Amino acid sequence: MSKLSPVLSAHWDEADSFTIDAYRRNGGYKAAKTALDMDPDAVIQLVKDSGLRGRGGAGFPTGMKWGFIPQNDGKDHYLVVNADESEPGTCKDMPLLMANPHSLVEGIIIASYAIRANYAFIYLRGEVVHVYRRVQQAIADAYAAGLLGKNINGKGFDLELVLHAGAGAYICGEETALLDSLEGFRGQPRLRPPFPAIAGLYARPTVVNNVESIASVPAIIANGTEWFQSMGTEKSKGFTLYSLSGHVKNPGQFEAPLGITLRELLEMAGGMREGHTLKFWTPGGSSTPMFTQEHLDVPLDYEGVGAAGSMLGTKALQIFDETTCVVRAVLRWTEFYKHESCGKCTPCREGTWWLVQALKELEAGRGTSADLDKLLDIVDNIAGRSFCALADGAASPIVSSMKHFREEYQRHLDLGSCPFDPIASTLFAGALS
Amino acid sequence: MSYSTENIAIMDSIIARYPRKRSAIMPLLHYVQAIEGFVTPEGIELIAEKLELETAEVTAVSTFYTQYKSEPVGEYHVGVCINTLCAVMGGDEIYKSVSEHLGIGNDGVTEDGKVSLERIECNAACDYAPVVMVNWEFFDNQTPQSVKDLVDGARNGNPPAPTRGPKSLRTWKQNSAVLAGVSDGLAGEGVSAGEPSKLGLKLSKEGK
Repeated sequence: MSKLSPVLSAHWDEADSFTIDAYRRNGGYKAAKTALDMDPDAVIQLVKDSGLRGRGGAGFPTGMKWGFIPQNDGKDHYLVVNADESEPGTCKDMPLLMANPHSLVEGIIIASYAIRANYAFIYLRGEVVHVYRRVQQAIADAYAAGLLGKNINGKGFDLELVLHAGAGAYICGEETALLDSLEGFRGQPRLRPPFPAIAGLYARPTVVNNVESIASVPAIIANGTEWFQSMGTEKSKGFTLYSLSGHVKNPGQFEAPLGITLRELLEMAGGMREGHTLKFWTPGGSSTPMFTQEHLDVPLDYEGVGAAGSMLGTKALQIFDETTCVVRAVLRWTEFYKHESCGKCTPCREGTWWLVQALKELEAGRGTSADLDKLLDIVDNIAGRSFCALADGAASPIVSSMKHFREEYQRHLDLGSCPFDPIASTLFAGALS
Repeated sequence: MSYSTENIAIMDSIIARYPRKRSAIMPLLHYVQAIEGFVTPEGIELIAEKLELETAEVTAVSTFYTQYKSEPVGEYHVGVCINTLCAVMGGDEIYKSVSEHLGIGNDGVTEDGKVSLERIECNAACDYAPVVMVNWEFFDNQTPQSVKDLVDGARNGNPPAPTRGPKSLRTWKQNSAVLAGVSDGLAGEGVSAGEPSKLGLKLSKEGK
């Protein structure tokens, strides 16, 4: 029996999978009808009972988030879908929206009904025009079919859904920065509390959920909580998209029950590229502390990865083999955090600049082992000292690489240069040499 | 450059999508780029007038986001991913070779105005590394040679089609209009998913 469990990806091999006709042919929009026949509170309870947790990184229980929205408060409520996928290594929501945008639209109808929102937004990163087209068409077709707009299914429920393109700022994936951006400001995180459930978009109660979380809801309504709970582990229920990239034979998307291991996923990806061995990998994007060979059997669920010292994050498994210089990899990620720091908090704005300078020197083999301690000292002074988690993310690759590969940093200093040939890491190494 | 009555009507329809009009600032900036190619002082003034903001407020937003350009870019804006994974898999060599080939650096534009170049961060297509984006369309699994061919084609008015996108590559201005929410009707073109996206599904059907 297969270890995989395609649900969201079950029809991606159909040439028209992104159309409303294909989605309906495969059973789509029945769950929305079912949900609209239920009491909104019962929908929230069902999602709570399923055990669905956020698929965007933090793993917060989705139903509980919905339950935080105050009811009968006379205020407008909003649902905002975070489709600003930009965490390095993360590449699940974009193929999902390209091949199956209606699963998100249907999930939005159900979630909005549950939290009594009449306005919903999809904040899509701006650098993916064809994904924008697919989602835009899906929304237009859903309006034409009476699934969005006024009096949906004749149930007296109104919902407007707006697709909003970002413009190239990683920080807008942070939910409060996303809200500022959607309100028409520079995307900078807000101090919490108040949390978005109390004062979110336009200071109104707002749920912000990841694409995959919301897109998973129709299948839960359609198949029931028992079905969902039959997959996954004790506290991490259901299926999810794992994305394998890097030095594996066949990179790609693997939808599986939570708790699968990298060893199992690697086997499905055909193993490491020929003649090479695994050196380090990220379990959930660059902001999650890196793992090595010794973590091949860690269950990839929220608890398993946490217990091993990292975070499940976005399940973006970036795999690097022995040709890769870990200092170069970490420097490049650090340059990313420096570039994407929004500038609001001094420790992050200044600290990421310092980190880049320090790492550039180390990669070039300049400095002494005291500079390695200085690097960790800077990290200590930025992690946990800012409004949002960007600075913590910047610290992760540095701290974890120093833990696993301190001797490799030292080797740069001993040699006075980088001991690696970057060409050997490329896919076309043979063709260039 | 002046905005036509039709342009203004589209801008009004963009504003009408939102419960509060200030939220329209981002699609309006994309729209200004669709008309003028970059964010011009005139575009800033028009948005400020429409949204009842100071021009400084609109400029503050525009300069925060890297997709809004304060100088003209090429008809084909080429972004080479140089975040860790793509860089390691070959993005660094691709950037170096195409930069030398075109004789321009980061944020440079060729003299004929056809091609501009940018070092971009992760574009959410890591299973297709190394990745290059042209006018924010996916060009998957690139090599130094394929990107040289790509930019040569673009300069000759014959760019290749994106790997996962419409049948033919649209211009920077045309795609900026899409990001403002002005449909070009091309959603139906191109594959549902590339092969790596479908790999897990294929294996599960084989019982693996």
